Amino acid sequence: CGRILTAKDFPSVVSHRTKNGGPSVSVSGTKRAAESVSHEGGSPTGVSGSSQVVGWPPIRAYRMNSLVNQAKSQRADEGDSGIGEKDKPKDALKKKLNYNGNKISSTTTVNEKGHLGFVKVNMDGIPIGRKVDLNAHSCYQSLAQALEDMFLRSTNSVGAEKEQLTKASKLLDGSSEFVLTYEDKEGDWMLVGDVPWRMFVSSVRRLRIMRTSEANGLGIHKKSMANHSCFSFSVSESCYSFVAAPRFHDSNERQRSKPI
Amino acid sequence: MNYFPDEVVEHVFDFITSHKDRNSVSLVCKSWYKIERYSRQRVFIGNCYSITPQRLIARFPGLKSLTLKGKPHFADFNLVPHDWGGFVDPWIKALAKSRIGLEELRLKRMVVSDDSLELLSKSFPNFKSLVLVSCEGFTTDGVAAIAANCRFLRELDLQENEVEDHRGHWLSCFPESCTSLVSLNFACLKGEINLASLERLVARSPNLKSLRLNRVVPLDTLQKLLMRAPQLVDLGIGSYVDDPSSEVFSKLKAVIQLCNSIRSLSGFLEVAPCCMSAIYPICENLTFLNLSYAPGLQGNDLTKLVQHCRKLQRLWILDCIGDKGLGVVASTCKELQELRVFPSDPFDAGNAAVTEEGLVLISAGCPKLNSLLYFCHQMTNAALITVAKNCTNFIRFRLCILDPVKADPVTNQPLDEGFGAIVRSNKSLKRLSLSGLLTDQVFLYIGMYAKKLEMLSIAFAGDSNKGMLYVLNGCKKLRKLEIRDCPFGDVALLEDMGKYETMRSLWMSSCEVTLGACKTLAKKMPSLNVEIINESEQLEFSLDDRLLVDKMYLYRTLVGHRKDKPEYVLLL
Repeated sequence: CGRILTAKDFPSVVSHRTKNGGPSVSVSGTKRAAESVSHEGGSPTGVSGSSQVVGWPPIRAYRMNSLVNQAKSQRADEGDSGIGEKDKPKDALKKKLNYNGNKISSTTTVNEKGHLGFVKVNMDGIPIGRKVDLNAHSCYQSLAQALEDMFLRSTNSVGAEKEQLTKASKLLDGSSEFVLTYEDKEGDWMLVGDVPWRMFVSSVRRLRIMRTSEANGLGIHKKSMANHSCFSFSVSESCYSFVAAPRFHDSNERQRSKPI
Repeated sequence: MNYFPDEVVEHVFDFITSHKDRNSVSLVCKSWYKIERYSRQRVFIGNCYSITPQRLIARFPGLKSLTLKGKPHFADFNLVPHDWGGFVDPWIKALAKSRIGLEELRLKRMVVSDDSLELLSKSFPNFKSLVLVSCEGFTTDGVAAIAANCRFLRELDLQENEVEDHRGHWLSCFPESCTSLVSLNFACLKGEINLASLERLVARSPNLKSLRLNRVVPLDTLQKLLMRAPQLVDLGIGSYVDDPSSEVFSKLKAVIQLCNSIRSLSGFLEVAPCCMSAIYPICENLTFLNLSYAPGLQGNDLTKLVQHCRKLQRLWILDCIGDKGLGVVASTCKELQELRVFPSDPFDAGNAAVTEEGLVLISAGCPKLNSLLYFCHQMTNAALITVAKNCTNFIRFRLCILDPVKADPVTNQPLDEGFGAIVRSNKSLKRLSLSGLLTDQVFLYIGMYAKKLEMLSIAFAGDSNKGMLYVLNGCKKLRKLEIRDCPFGDVALLEDMGKYETMRSLWMSSCEVTLGACKTLAKKMPSLNVEIINESEQLEFSLDDRLLVDKMYLYRTLVGHRKDKPEYVLLL
């Protein structure tokens, strides 16, 4: 099965830390199934080799974790807590600032480097996030496809890859154990897919591929979920297996799997 | 020397401070051994399992300062499972029971509990200095105990530890009577602290020279702290965000001008680049600048800042400075001795932030360079050969190409020649980390030329046992060897078993070493502990000697098997 997950895996949601206090508490060897490997080293695609290997690049775990957390809080706009453990009180003065000195217009997405369109994406269980260019997509399907390519198809071994291809289902149609969520301008976390694409692009700050079991209580817009092709909750447990799950109506939204 | 009374000899020994030298002195004769052991105050133990606290206490009754290291280095990269070991508790318990007047404890990669910290704080009335680097297992409650109970505390230095933060006002636990602080570093703590307490603490610490804040300390507090402590030599800034037109910011600018003792600057855990100009006045005097935890600064912010730092000797920076930025460093920082370039985005090869070009520029511009840690996306033999021509003083050379088996992109060759040039021209090299595509050839060079090499880190390199053998045979001063994912096996491991007694430790993971070979080694060398870490579902280790071992860690020891090993470790 997958590795032992800790509160560290859900920095934006869970506000406590494990007693162990150690860095990522994964018990892993390098001969593990590719499935776990792809979630150890970080972003599983693209870079030939370096992103799929446990313990590589050789950066102290403290520094790695710090990079992730700092990137998150840099992403956040004025007034946001970012790290998730607490809300830092920020005074009105800081609200005027944003770190890249640009104004945030209402129709574009700007990240901290001032590059239009790129937003940070994190997936539960993967310490390092990726960036995706929203302006390169014109609809949800395209975005979801890109994210699935980034995070879910990745491994060294051909066998595991095939397995992932057959098992991995789209993030949007609810047959995955993960759902795609985003943080909007107000700092609320919403499920992706509810509002017209343009509106989404103009209000999204960052994305998170969240475990379905954690997605409880997320804000959703009034539309009925049952008929929507975009999401539903699955009942799978803590393993990283993308299993097809029955759909639920939004009245079952509260039903959830055991906390990890 | 034997004509002199012991006191005279002891007085002479007072001038011998390095651990190596004192160790040598103690071997000269019985009389010197005795004098040395009674007068020894500082002891360094590189592997906490090589000796027991009881034997330490027995030999050095005058012990005042102890440095201990626990887990193997690769534990930093999550290669060592949790609960492997490295517990400081038995040490503190034993020292507390004894008559040792401990004043200083420095720990690296150890597991420290709140209980241990509390016991420590209550057992040694003269305790002055606690330094924890890359440790874990404790919370701010333990830190609070230290603050509350160590009446003469001078140094509390927490570096890169994983600390569970209970936000329990640990800082407020320093009693009003505590005025002895010289160094306070809590940058790695994540939680809130009582800012007013911090201000009062700094105000009543006239000897404070080093202060490193965590990210929750805002700019206006920083300004107040600097007003109280303009004598600071080392400053770590937490949050550095404000509106440049604000009154607070003007006050900060003014007070920074008064802080002309600052030689070392770090932090900027949160930063607004537009505020950086206030720092320029102190840049002229800086000898150490660490911006490796400041991803909020972009390449040109970094470059602008560095241009003011003409006296810099050590620079830790993120790779977003870029090759061009490194060029600016090269032309500005002529006194540079140590450079560390960390990746700001370790898994995204999209923006090749620094390449071999930056390194070449640095080597050309900084003749005093002797220590390098460089994360980059690519490296060429030509560049390394140029660097080797320009720099012959390297003591530490650690190169990490983010793709672990990347060849020279220009010639498609392995990087053997490049690294070969480095070891050939840097005769004082003590520490080397390799990466990129490498064959047995590079190890031939290392064995031939790296005669002073003490620590070698290898990953995804080599073709055969010959590689490892070149190193074991050639590097006479080798102390630590750590290898992962290399095709080295039993033949290399067993060729010269006595060698390991001259070394501190050997780590091999994902190599081709079998259980049988490890058993043979353990049997023939009782002075070594051979540990097998096997985390896969196979719990029956003893079944098949042909089983390839996941991870093996062996180290010399005077005290046999350790008693605190976890289940997944097999001690042969």
